[in-house]
Formats: sequence, structure tokens, C-alpha cells
Amino acid sequence: MANSWRWVTLFIGLASALPAAWAEAYLPADAGQVIETLPARGSHWLELRTLRQQAAAEPQALPPVLQLVRRYIELGRAEADPRYFGYAEAALQPWLLRPAADPEVLTLQATLLQNRHEFAPALALLQRALAVQPRLAQAWLTRAAILEVQGDYAAAAGSCLPLAKTAAALVGAVCINSVLSLAGQSETAYRQLQQALEHASGAAATDRQWALVTLAEIAERRGDVAAAERHYRQALAAAAADGYLLAAYADFLLDRQRYAEVVGLLADRTRADPLLLRLALAERHLPQWDSDAHSEALQARFAALRLRGDNRHQADEARFRLQLCNEAEAAYNLAQANWRIQREPRDARILLEAALAAGKSRTELRPVLDFLAASGVQDSRLQPLIARFGEEGV
Amino acid sequence: MKHWAALCLWLCCCAPAMAHKASDSYLSLDSGHWQGRWDIALRDLDYALGLDANGDGAITWGELRELGDAVFAYALQRLTVASAGQPCTLQPGSLQVDSHSDGNYAVLNFALACPDPAGPWSVDYRLFFDLDAQHRSLFSWAGSERPAVFGPDAHRIDFDMAGQTGIWPVLANFAGEGMRHILIGYDHLLFLLSLLLPAGLAWDRTGWRAVGSWRMAAWDAATVVTAFTLAHSLTLSLTALHVIALPARWVESAIAASVALAALNNIYPLLSRRRAWLAFGFGWIHGMGIASVLLDMGSARGSQLVALLGFNLGVEAGQLAAVAAVLPLVVYAGRFAVYSQSALRWGSAAIAALACVWLAERSLEVSLPIF
Repeated sequence: MANSWRWVTLFIGLASALPAAWAEAYLPADAGQVIETLPARGSHWLELRTLRQQAAAEPQALPPVLQLVRRYIELGRAEADPRYFGYAEAALQPWLLRPAADPEVLTLQATLLQNRHEFAPALALLQRALAVQPRLAQAWLTRAAILEVQGDYAAAAGSCLPLAKTAAALVGAVCINSVLSLAGQSETAYRQLQQALEHASGAAATDRQWALVTLAEIAERRGDVAAAERHYRQALAAAAADGYLLAAYADFLLDRQRYAEVVGLLADRTRADPLLLRLALAERHLPQWDSDAHSEALQARFAALRLRGDNRHQADEARFRLQLCNEAEAAYNLAQANWRIQREPRDARILLEAALAAGKSRTELRPVLDFLAASGVQDSRLQPLIARFGEEGV
Repeated sequence: MKHWAALCLWLCCCAPAMAHKASDSYLSLDSGHWQGRWDIALRDLDYALGLDANGDGAITWGELRELGDAVFAYALQRLTVASAGQPCTLQPGSLQVDSHSDGNYAVLNFALACPDPAGPWSVDYRLFFDLDAQHRSLFSWAGSERPAVFGPDAHRIDFDMAGQTGIWPVLANFAGEGMRHILIGYDHLLFLLSLLLPAGLAWDRTGWRAVGSWRMAAWDAATVVTAFTLAHSLTLSLTALHVIALPARWVESAIAASVALAALNNIYPLLSRRRAWLAFGFGWIHGMGIASVLLDMGSARGSQLVALLGFNLGVEAGQLAAVAAVLPLVVYAGRFAVYSQSALRWGSAAIAALACVWLAERSLEVSLPIF
């Protein structure tokens, strides 16, 4: 019975993503009726409009295009709004088709591919860019970030090294210490990054924020809750919070059962799927909130993403299936698919949690467990999960 | 129970939280009805065309409607539908609004006119790719179970509308529509029912008397139904082919009046034995009413006659099904005195009352809160 309901729900989820028969189009009653509210028309919009006009006025000039694309990417990250990434990519298209594409164009395109988790083509573009311009810091940085997510810590560290000479000191320090912290040297990494931050008083606010988030994550993995909390709060105060920071801090709060704070943090950030997921996870524990509406919305959004062939949110969808729908098997399959692409501690965590819920054996998890053992990653949230697979002893 | 509650919630407020999502459009083609529907996000149309004329960050229906022609032109120029290698003409239809998980969309309805609708079909999609490289379109066509996805690297899709092309599917589609229309269009059925209620009865100056003959009842019904069919088929065809056109308000009011008259004729019979003439006379009006649905659906020139034939056959089939269901009951009930003496009278009175309400509503163009 429960199973058939699941199919019904799935069907409704899929069907609702299409203009199904019951999705009735309507004729608004009067001309003054507002039928859509556009993203904020503040300074961003005016700036973007000016940049668009500049780029259109000089189709042969690259600098306005680069400026426009960088602005789109920043906005896309700040607002967690993928449409900006699409605009950025379209603006780059004509420049990518040229026989000798500019290294900056290649790097920006690689950043956009990285966003979509298309890591292999992104690395190939970065390789091309660095072959032309070996001192392009952004290319090394993006390359390091991708390799780190893929779990290739040695190569990632190698990609951080050139930053020492080409980028701001703090940027290089975040890059290398983030990698070291995952490769079994979290204590050293934490100390070094903290020192680098102390010596970087003149660094850009966004770079400081990035360093603080990294420090918070390292502290959290090491089980130092107080330090993690302090760094998250410093990061929130350093600059306008982006989706990554909010999601990481929300996860921290969820692990401490501080659900009301999660709601306070995310209540008006429901447009971004990862943040809506964390909000729904918190609401589930608060009797005064109804998480059903948000769960239904997530269901529809994941269905819509799948229809367009987008698998960027597999890790989040696995959490949704496991923790909000109690569908351990579906969650495990999604987490497994995600693990083939991304290998950060949070990816390992959802995979192990789903595997435990779905009753998977140690043998099935051997590749993951072996990877975690070989990397030497120290994570207070992963150790108990790994230990439970150890107990079963196969 | 909880599931139903969730389902209702879902249906009522489809997306309580608007999503940030990459740009999608939803395109569907229905070769059976020669129609297409294309849902395009208002935010995307604004990015491409600047819908927000006064720059206040809010798009009003007036602003969209003002640019309706430009929106249709912009979108339809970027879509090519072809059958058997020959491009079809896409004719703009009505502009509407609908909501999806990330906001509201303009709904572009359009008609397809293809020189050779035999297939195979191809669709070439090029909307927005120059502005947003992550734009995708989820494309479904009649008969497809999963939507196909258009993207910059896959902007052309070739397909066969399995079992959906050629004359027969069009005929079947429109027959289905015709049957549906007659079965949910109570006024036509009530008219027919009023004429059939006295089947198997005979009027003598004091009242209805049961004759008790199946044969006579069947003859009664056959003449009434045939007369009604002949008349409404004729006007249905003439109206659908744009030979005649009467104002809808006039036609709909006359239909309501015809139902009232047919019902009253059972209480105060003027034409007790010649109800077939009544059916024939008012059948003209009903035909024009039935045609309005077909006109609303719109059909491309090439398939007009097939659509008309199918629709008409559907109407007749639906009507015969209703008669087949009702007639045995009427004839059986007619054997009991209570039927001819009171049930027929009160039933007809109820129908007449309902029809009078319709008449008032339709002629005055008001909505009475009674029904």
C-alpha cells in the first residue's frame, strides 16, 4: 500500500512539472494585475544593464564581456540563482568558438562547468588556459577546487602551490590548508589558516569570509563545536552570506538540534533548493511549523530538475529521500551516483547514512570505506558511521 | 487520509515557495487537434524583450498583452515544426498565464497548419539559447510518455507521433470530443429527454395513457432522434464551415427556450404526436450551439472536414448512448399509472424550471446563484 502511494506521489511529482491537463492556464482579470515580480531592481540590475549595453555596443571587445560574466557568476552565487550562470555562458559562447580562445574566457567557462559538476570538461579547459598563461591564478584555484571535490588531494595541493606566487597570500593559504585538512592533517591546517588570517588584515571581505567558512568546517570536522560556531558567526558577519555558507551553518545547527535557529536563518531563503531542504528538515522537528508544504515543493523541484537532465542536486535529493521521505533505497542510489562525481566528507556522510538505513553490507561500501581510510580524513561526524560498518565485520 | 490531504494541498497551492531554477520552457504539440501550447517564463521573456515597460520590477497583464504580438513573433520565429519535410505554419492563438515552480509563465497557444501531416515530424527549437546557454525546453507531443529535452546541442528532434497522424486519429480525437461535449452539455440531452419522456404513451384529451407497446415507443424515439440529428447535423456543419454565424447569446438563449418548450409540451401537449417536428425545428438551433465548441477548438484548414465529421459522429454516438440508457427506463415506467399521471408531469416541470433559469441567465448574461 505504502509502495503504491509512493508511485502515485512520484507520478504526481513528475506530472506536475509538465503543463499537465489540470495545470489550467488562465486569462488574468484586469490589465493592472501583476503577473510576475522580477528579481530585485536595485543597484545590481542597473549595473548589469550597463554592462550588457557596453558588451553589446562593442561586440569585438573582450574586457566588457569578461566583466559582465564575472558579475553574472557573482550574482548567481550570491542569490543561488542558476539563471545567471546561463546568461554568463551565453555571453561567453562566441568567444569560446574562436580558434585561440582567451585563457580568461576558458577559465570562466570552466567555472561554469564546475558549477554544473561537469568536472572533466572543466579540467580540460583549465589545462588549455594554463598552457597559454601559466600564471593565471584563477585557473589554478578553480583546478584545485575541482580536484579537492573529486578527492584527488595530492593533485589539488599541487594546484594550490602556484598560488603562493600569483595570488593574495590568504587565497593561497585557504586553498592549501583546505586540502591538507581533508588529507589527514587537520590540526596543522587549522593552525596555519588561522595564522594566515591574522596576518591578512587587508584582505578582501569575501576572501576573509571564505577563510572563516573553511576554518569553521575544519573545526567542525575536528569536533571543536565552540570554535566552529565562532567561525561561522564571524563568516556571517564578514560579508553578505552566500548560499554555501548558509547551507553549511544550517547543517551545523541541524546536527546540534537547534531547529528554531535554522528556521530563523533560512525562512526567507526558500528560492534556493539546498536552503529549502535544510529549512524543511528543521521544520519537521518543530510542532508549530508545517514542513509538508516545503517537502512537496522540494519534490516538485527535484522532479523538474530531473526532467531537464540536471543531476547537480543528487546529494541533496538523497538527503530529501532519506530524511523527509524515508526512502532509504532511493536515497542510497542517489548518494551512490553522487559519490561517483563528488567525494567531500558531506558526500561520504549521506552515502553512509543511506547505506545504513537501507541495510547495505560492508562489502557494498568497500570502495567508499577504503577511500576514507586511504585519505586519512578526520571527521567527527563520519567516524561513528564508519565504526558501525566496522562492527558488522564482513 | 494524510496522503489525500497532502494531495489537496498540492493541487490547491502548487508551489508554496517559488524556486530559483535554471530557465525551462514547456512545449507541447497535439497533432490530433492541430494545436500547440508553449509555456515561457515571464522572467525570461523580460530578459529578452523587456516586458517591464515602466521598469518597476513588476510585469502586469497589461504590459504582457501590449507586447503580445511581439512575444508571439519572437517565440514562433525560433520554432520550426515540419511534417514530411515541409514546414508547418504556426498561427498565433490566445495568450494566457500559468504558474510553474519558479514563477509565472506566459502561455502561447498556437494552431498548426501542415501541408502534409503524414509525418515523420521534426521540431527545431532555438529560443533563448543565444541569451541563456542553460535554457532547456521540455517537449511533449501527443502520445509521448516522457518529454524530450531541447538544448543548444540538441535543438532538433525527429519523431513520429505514434498512431497520432493521418485521418483516423484526427477522426477518433474529434469523435471523442464530440461525445464528451454532448454528454456534459446537459441542455442538449435535457431537450432530447423531454421529448422522449412520453415515448410509449398516448395523449387523449384528459391525460397521458400507457399504450404498453415497445414497438410504438421505439418508433416514437427513432423519429424524434432522427429528426433532431438531421437538423442539428446540418446547422452544425454550416456553422463549423463558417457558412452561417449567429450571435452566441442568441443561440444559447434559444436553446434554453427550446428545452423549456419541449418540457412544457409534456404538461400541456400541443404537439403530442408530432414531437418529431419539434425535434427537427429546434434541432437547427442546437446544431449551432454544438458547433461553438468545435469552433473554439480551432482546426487547421487541411483537416477541417475530417474534424467536423469526427465531431458529428461523436455527438451522434453520445446521443444514442444516452437514449439507449434512458429509453428502456421510460418505457418500463410508462406501464405504471403513477408515471403517466404524475411523474411525467413533475419531471417535465422541473426541467422547464431549470431551463427558464438558463434562459434568464443566458439572455441577460447574468449568473443566478440558484444552480
